[in-house]
Parts: sequence; C-alpha cells; structure tokens
Amino acid sequence: MNDRMTREQLLRRGAAGATLLSVPGLLAACGGGGGGKSASNKVNKVLNFANWPLYIDTPQTLKAAGIHKPTTLQQFEKQTGIKVNYYVEINDNPGYFAKVQGRLSRGQGIGRDIIVSTDNDRFLGEYISNKWVQKLDKSLIPNFSNLIAAQQHPPFDPNRDYSLPWASGMDGIAWNEKVSDPVTSVKQLFEDPKLKGRVGVWNSMGDTLGLVMLENGDDPAKVTDASFNRAIARVQKAVSSGQILKFYGNDYAPVLEKGDLKATMAWSGDIKLLGDPKLHWVVPTQGGIIWTDNMIIPLGGSVPTASTYMNFMYEPKTSAQWSIGASYISSVKGVKAEAVKLNPKEGGNPLIFPQEATLSQMHQNDPAMLTNPKYNKAWLAVQGQ
Amino acid sequence: MLLAPGMLWLAIFFLVPMGFLGYQSLQSGIFPNFHFTWQFANFSSAISGYHTQLVRSFFYAGIATVACLVLAYPLAYWIAFRAGPWRNLFLLFIVAPFFVTYLVRTLAWLNILGDEGPIVRILKDVHILGPNGRLLATTFAVVAGITYNFFPFMALPLYVSLEQIDARLLEAAKDLYASPTKAFLRVTLPLSAPGIVAGTLLTFIPAAGDFINAYFLGTPNQTMIGNVIQAKFLESLDYPTAASLSFILMGTIMVMLLVYAWIVGTEKLTG
Repeated sequence: MNDRMTREQLLRRGAAGATLLSVPGLLAACGGGGGGKSASNKVNKVLNFANWPLYIDTPQTLKAAGIHKPTTLQQFEKQTGIKVNYYVEINDNPGYFAKVQGRLSRGQGIGRDIIVSTDNDRFLGEYISNKWVQKLDKSLIPNFSNLIAAQQHPPFDPNRDYSLPWASGMDGIAWNEKVSDPVTSVKQLFEDPKLKGRVGVWNSMGDTLGLVMLENGDDPAKVTDASFNRAIARVQKAVSSGQILKFYGNDYAPVLEKGDLKATMAWSGDIKLLGDPKLHWVVPTQGGIIWTDNMIIPLGGSVPTASTYMNFMYEPKTSAQWSIGASYISSVKGVKAEAVKLNPKEGGNPLIFPQEATLSQMHQNDPAMLTNPKYNKAWLAVQGQ
Repeated sequence: MLLAPGMLWLAIFFLVPMGFLGYQSLQSGIFPNFHFTWQFANFSSAISGYHTQLVRSFFYAGIATVACLVLAYPLAYWIAFRAGPWRNLFLLFIVAPFFVTYLVRTLAWLNILGDEGPIVRILKDVHILGPNGRLLATTFAVVAGITYNFFPFMALPLYVSLEQIDARLLEAAKDLYASPTKAFLRVTLPLSAPGIVAGTLLTFIPAAGDFINAYFLGTPNQTMIGNVIQAKFLESLDYPTAASLSFILMGTIMVMLLVYAWIVGTEKLTG
C-alpha cells in the first residue's frame, strides 16, 4: 500500500468536497436578504413597504386637488428620518401570496416590513392563521385609538393585534368614453354586443362574483351552492361567448386607458387616480361590494419601524391628505374635518366620503365562500384554468 | 467514475427535484396540510379536467413549430449560402431581439396587436379586417407569439447544419444533371435534417409548456396547460394537481419524442 491517491479517489473526494462546499453555500445564497424571525426592537433607518398600484398620494394627484404640500411619504421621511422604499409590487392577492409564502412558511423574512392584503380574499386569513405575521407594537401606535368603530373587530383579526386598515374601496364598473357609451350594470357589461371581447373582470373571486351575485338578485354576504352556481354560470356564459377579454388583477387600468378594454370591473379610487377625463366609474345599478385592504407585518419585518409608520398614517391630518390623493376611503376618525381644511370641495368627494345612499348599496363578501375549496376550483375553471 | 461529476449534477438538479415533484403529485389534502397518500386519482382527475388545455397546447405548439420551420428554413438557407461576408451580421439580427427579456418582448406584442394599435387600424382601413375584427385575444395572436418567441431556437440549428454542407456536393449534383429543385431535395434537405430535427425539438418542447403567450395575447378560451399548472401552483395552491399535471405534460412530450425518434431515426436526433 502506498499513500498516493488513485485518480478515482481524487475525483471521488473532489466531488464530495464540492458538494459539501457548494450546497450549503447555494442555500445560503438563495436565502439572502430579509433576515429571519429575530426582529430587533430598534427602529430601523429604512422601511420596506409593499403596496398595490394607484394607492397613495403623489405630487400629481395632490396638485390636481389643489394641495401644495409634500406627499405623505415625504413628510414621514422628513419627520422621522426613516427612508421608505415603496414597492408597487402587488397586482393581486393570490399572486403576491404565492410569491412570499415559500419563505414565510419556513419562518423566513421576505425583505418587507409592511405588506397590504385584502379582506375579501382568502389570503389575509392565511397569513394571520398560519402565524406568518407579527403582532403590532401598539405602544408605538398611540393613534390606534383613531381607528373607527366599524373596523375594530373584523372576523379575521378580532382584536386588531396583527393588522390595521390601509384603505377601503368599492367594486364598480368603469368605461372609457373614447370607445364606449356609459356602462352601468353587470348585465350590460356581460351582454351588450357592442362591448364584445373588450370587457375585463377581476381574477379575484370575491370581487367579480360579488358583483355578479348582486346582478342576479342574490346576497353576496350569504352564499349558497345555488347562488354560487348561478353566478359562475353567468360568468361562464360571458367567457364562452367571447364577451370577456381577460381576468385581471390591478393591471386592468392601463388596458382600459389605452382603449383595448371598453369597459371593466374597476376599483373606486383607481380611475380617479389615473386622472384621465375619458375614464368614468360608477357603482353598478344593482349595487357594489365594499372591502378593506389591511397592512400587516410579515415575519422578518421590523415591528417598531412598521408600527411607527402605521402611527403616522393614523394621524387624521395625514390620513386626510392621503385619502384625497389616493381617492380611497380612510378608516381614521376625524378625517373628514381635516380633509375639508385641505380642500373644502373634497369633503363631498363620493369616492372618499361615500354618501349614505351609496353605502346602502354596498355589500360584503361571505367569508365562507372565499375559503371554500370547491368554489375556488370552480372559479379557476371558469378562467380556463 | 469519470461520469461522477455529471451524475452528481444530474442527481442534485434533476432527479431530486423530480422525486419531490413525484412525491407531491401523489399527495392529498388542502393547503397547507398535504399528506402523502398514494393519491393516483390526482392523475386521472387532472386528465379528465384539463385534457382540453393539454390537447390545445400541443396543437398550438405544433402549428408554431411548423410556422417556425417554414419561416426559418429559407432565412437560414439564404444566410448560409448567399450572405457571404455578412453572415455574422444577419445572425446577430436574428439573435438581437433576444437580448431583451421574454416578458418584455411579449408585452410589446400586446401593444402592437392591440385593438387601438397601429396594425389593427391599418388592416381595418384596407378592409382586410372587418369593423369588429381583431388580432389580439385570438388564437392567431397566441400562436404568432409562440412562433416569434421561439424562432431563434429553430433558425440557429438550421443555420449550423446548412452551413456545414460541402458546396462541392451541390456542384456534383449539378454536374450530374440534377435540376436545382432535385439537388435541393436529394442533397441539401437530407443533409440539413439534423438541423431540422434539433430545431423542431428545441421549439416544440418549450412551446408546449409555455404560458406567457397565452396569458398576455389570449383570452380564457386560449389557455394552455402551462397556464393551468401556473394557476394550480400559485393561485389555488393545489400543489398535488399541479404536480401531476406537470408529470402528465412531461410524459406526453416524452412519448411524442420517442415516436418522433422512431420515425426519423435516432441518429438524426444526435446529429
């Protein structure tokens, strides 16, 4: 025997060594960023905030409303010295959930301190019940007391330990007058031959089927197999006839503006925020759906930093400016008084302060429908999937 | 033993993920609680539920492959035999659009083919399209998108095999009184067969699993099997069905490949 390695041994050891070296290295490389569970209780210098498009006051929208102030994000940065990385990266709830759930399910962070998720989709409940979110630090949110009573005890988070409303909005219908006459009902949207192939609906079940159920005269807050099947059949008919172009997330907006969509189901503030006078939005004649988007702190996010921001947004003055700039409904007490101070006309903006008559037309989705796997399957099937 | 690094690579990046996918395809339950139960029913329910999209995918991929071949062959032929010193420049023209990402290229077509876009307007003005005619959101748009996106995978192997043909063989054919057509059919075409085979495989296999083109350029009536798998994985979080559909797609392609190999002969597959 001698000590010299054979060629075979060398290769074998080399390969084994390479595996040992490379596999953990690769895993570590994939896991970069975001950090783990261990959140410190220090306020960071940077806030990473993931939100939907068309959802915050911008210099343009403020100027259009006659408000000559820095945006709420700029004010926050100046006041606290915390830089905000504002990521417009949520197009729909399922897509975003899919993107982050892999890391969250392993207890890893996603590099975001706040994400926004809607209560009329199943995913907000999934984040909270799977413990993929962290408790708010209410000691840093004295403005928590400004939360309106109607939002204090939602079923998915009865004590608001994990979430705070970002905005409420309404499901309705929008059309582009350059290419279409006014469209005011789901019936027209689904059956008017002039709109054929140029109609958009959402890929989220609660929003789309909610409006269809109202058109059918069914109650979206109390869904039965019969009313669900009626609604699905109606959507299926509009798909088969070629009436519906596509199922959208928030990406319907540019397509409507371009005119490839003549009319589409649309969220209340988006159309105003686009600022295009050719676009119009209405509550359908048979009624609309109201929903609330919620801020949550995913695992790995900095609770103190996120809580500081939430506290800032729950200042009535800040929320009023945001609300005018984004054209969505605030859940903060005393916003109307502040909004009138900023611009007296905006006190009557129906998108921000819906009248009783509009609110009486609003309905909520049945949470049991959203989590029913049979319904979810049928909903994908109608989209050809 | 010299194969060891290769085998290791194959094991880590192919067999292990594949095994995991197979394991997932036989699970049952609802997200996030799946259990391994040898649920072979996943496969039968996937086939019965989504055979339409499966057949449609192979149909679209087939047309796109033929279209690629018909468009790419003359181009590759011309570059190989006629472009002379400009060859590399023309090859660059084929490849250049692919410096831009796949997604952006497809989104560009969304704008070009749009109902309010320039092409539809021109086609309507010259009455090729009727007043309600359109390009976007049709089967044509989806197949055209796939054809466009996979074109270089056809053109480049064709060019390589055509470029290698010895020009003296064509001269010899001419000397033996073969007409240009006959020389092409008896000499050029057979000698370029490896390129045709490689090109069709490189185009057809990824095209069958594609979902970007159907998503952006089609409607729910044009969804392909890739869209279904995508939605099952990411939207309904139904991992077992998604995994079994992936296996069905893979298996079907494998069978088609074997039949194809048997028809054209295996030596062509390996060039």
